[in-house]
Amino acid sequence: MDIFIAIVQILDSTIRLSVPLLLACLAGLYSERAGVFDIGLEGKMLVGAFAGASAAAVFHSALIGLGMAILMSIAFAMVHGFASITHRGNQIVSGVAINFIAAGSTIMLGQAWFQQGGRTPALQPGERFEAIIWPGADAVRDVPIIGPIYAELISGHSILVYIAFLMVPFTWWVLYRTRFGLRMRAVGENPAAVDTAGISVAWLRYRALICTGILTGIAGAYLSMVQNGGFVKDMTAGKGYIALAALIFAKWKPVNAMFACLLFGFLDAASIRLQGSPLPLIGKVPAQFMQALPYVLTVILLAGFIGKAIPPRAGGVPYVKER
Amino acid sequence: MSTPYAKLPAWADYGLIPLINLSVAFIVAGLVVVLVGENPFRAAVILVEGAFGKGTGIAFTLFYATTFIFTGLSVAVAAHCSLFNIGTEGQAYIGGLGIALVCLSLDSTLPWWLLFPFAIVASAAFGALWGFIPAYLQARRGSHIVITTIMFNFIAASTMVYLLVGPLKPLGSQAPQTRNFVGGAELPKLNWVIELFGAKIRSAPLNICFLLALVMAFLVWLLIWRTRLGYEMRTYGHSPKAARYAGISETRIVLTAMMISGALAGMMALNPVMGDQHNVAIDFVSGAGYVGIAVALMGRLHPVGIVLAAILFGMLYQGGAELSFEMPSITRDMIVIIQGLVILFAGALEHMFRPYIQAIFASFSPKSVGMEAIKGKGA
Repeated sequence: MDIFIAIVQILDSTIRLSVPLLLACLAGLYSERAGVFDIGLEGKMLVGAFAGASAAAVFHSALIGLGMAILMSIAFAMVHGFASITHRGNQIVSGVAINFIAAGSTIMLGQAWFQQGGRTPALQPGERFEAIIWPGADAVRDVPIIGPIYAELISGHSILVYIAFLMVPFTWWVLYRTRFGLRMRAVGENPAAVDTAGISVAWLRYRALICTGILTGIAGAYLSMVQNGGFVKDMTAGKGYIALAALIFAKWKPVNAMFACLLFGFLDAASIRLQGSPLPLIGKVPAQFMQALPYVLTVILLAGFIGKAIPPRAGGVPYVKER
Repeated sequence: MSTPYAKLPAWADYGLIPLINLSVAFIVAGLVVVLVGENPFRAAVILVEGAFGKGTGIAFTLFYATTFIFTGLSVAVAAHCSLFNIGTEGQAYIGGLGIALVCLSLDSTLPWWLLFPFAIVASAAFGALWGFIPAYLQARRGSHIVITTIMFNFIAASTMVYLLVGPLKPLGSQAPQTRNFVGGAELPKLNWVIELFGAKIRSAPLNICFLLALVMAFLVWLLIWRTRLGYEMRTYGHSPKAARYAGISETRIVLTAMMISGALAGMMALNPVMGDQHNVAIDFVSGAGYVGIAVALMGRLHPVGIVLAAILFGMLYQGGAELSFEMPSITRDMIVIIQGLVILFAGALEHMFRPYIQAIFASFSPKSVGMEAIKGKGA
């Protein structure tokens, strides 16, 4: 039974740790499917986390915080769009720039506004998203097997967690069942064809980037307003890049993305849990190895050793109308 | 593929446009300073005085510049081959491992002038190895170099943390770093050169790596514009198809370019490790690899431009430290913002002002932008 409880606990933290990855990964999916590479996920999450925590602390409202997180994150996505869609700049360069501007400005503004060494004030109960306890969760807690699963895994998360997982079928539906999704996929594969059909390539890509901004904003808000009661400098700690890795791992598909993020979240949860304690058969695994594993797996996948990851064909190429 | 933009005179292309882009980046940075409630002009004065006002300041500026020359050159060599090496950070980190191995085993036996060449070779070799794997995966297995190099930065970081809290840490020590190197691993300082000009220097880490960086800048210029290999790299950078048609082996070019890039990144580690700290500590690269991207873009991928851009960033680092003393609401993270803005305006938005400048040039003299030639062709 102890082992079962431990497994449920690891799975529970897997869910918690994979939520920001999942949101950022789906965010990247929108922009990359539309043909805009975005390595600025990290920066946009960071901006979202900072804007969310500061607005929530100042206005004493979690919802205003979330709104601000989404707005600021969209603003940064629009900078990316302005550089890489309107001015046809290098998308990678623009993403790198956004990561730096986000990393620097969140710390500096945080220090200037709140004077707490780059932190935002600790959020009070009404200013964070609280866990939602599902009906009957406490009653069934003691029921074997089903009880802990219902009480720990399904119930007891904040609203953003459920939103993140609902975004998976929603994204699938948008991508494969709506006109916008069809056009978005087309613009990522063959923008000239979309242009010929009389649809604006630039506007489509901008809309995809707005979706990216919304999702990275929620991801950031989750980090600073759910996982942590406030913003801490560099709190994304490479999650944007892991999300990028997960996106590749998922071959740019929404349902795969969820499993990839759960896998990477599980690795993270397991490495925290197993710190210092030996595994059966393998012995002691250094925590650093577990931390590096998502990156190693992505490299191996990219090298074509486990299936082949083929990116959207027009990804990274600015669209130039024929003249 | 022809560039979608008409030609400008060379001085405008290599002088005016970068200058305008840079000015815009600094104007936006100034707005950020206003946003935190300080005077941007006073901030600029403090920054420049902090970097060049005293001998010590100059020495620190050049010390930081040394680091950025290496990483800037590293990014530029790969970029000439149209490879975006974001992995400079990780390659430099692993380069530090090479230096650590050499110094830990030889520092008490060899004098610096014998140890230094070994360390150069080791750092370059380790850096090149870390560049080789993504290059191989790109050339042979078709994985995207940007993604692979990002992943390798994280793998490098995990590897180094593992080594520095484990095998490389001396027994009984708590700090995650190697033991301090002795004797031969300390490079001679160059502060006396600045003192020749009458300035007083208390203690600054400027060392002979600065000269090595300048030599490497010259060698990179020689490589890119005066050798067959450089020509092939630029050809491949302009058009991989043309290169293939000309019988240039794609694999060979990508591998060579990335290994040279990685080697230059690895050599960056010499400056902080042997010139200043005399040990290898966790995160000693501290973002210098990413600064290299800004430096290379700002220097227009030319070694002369890179040296100048590196000195500018050295100035920002040194002056920024002084600035954060004088104006507590401006932290050293201001540099990171400026770095981002420079990458944005000199890199991604490089062509934003070009049409306007072309229009201005065209209204003064149509010849200078090649308007007549186009008309002659009946376009």
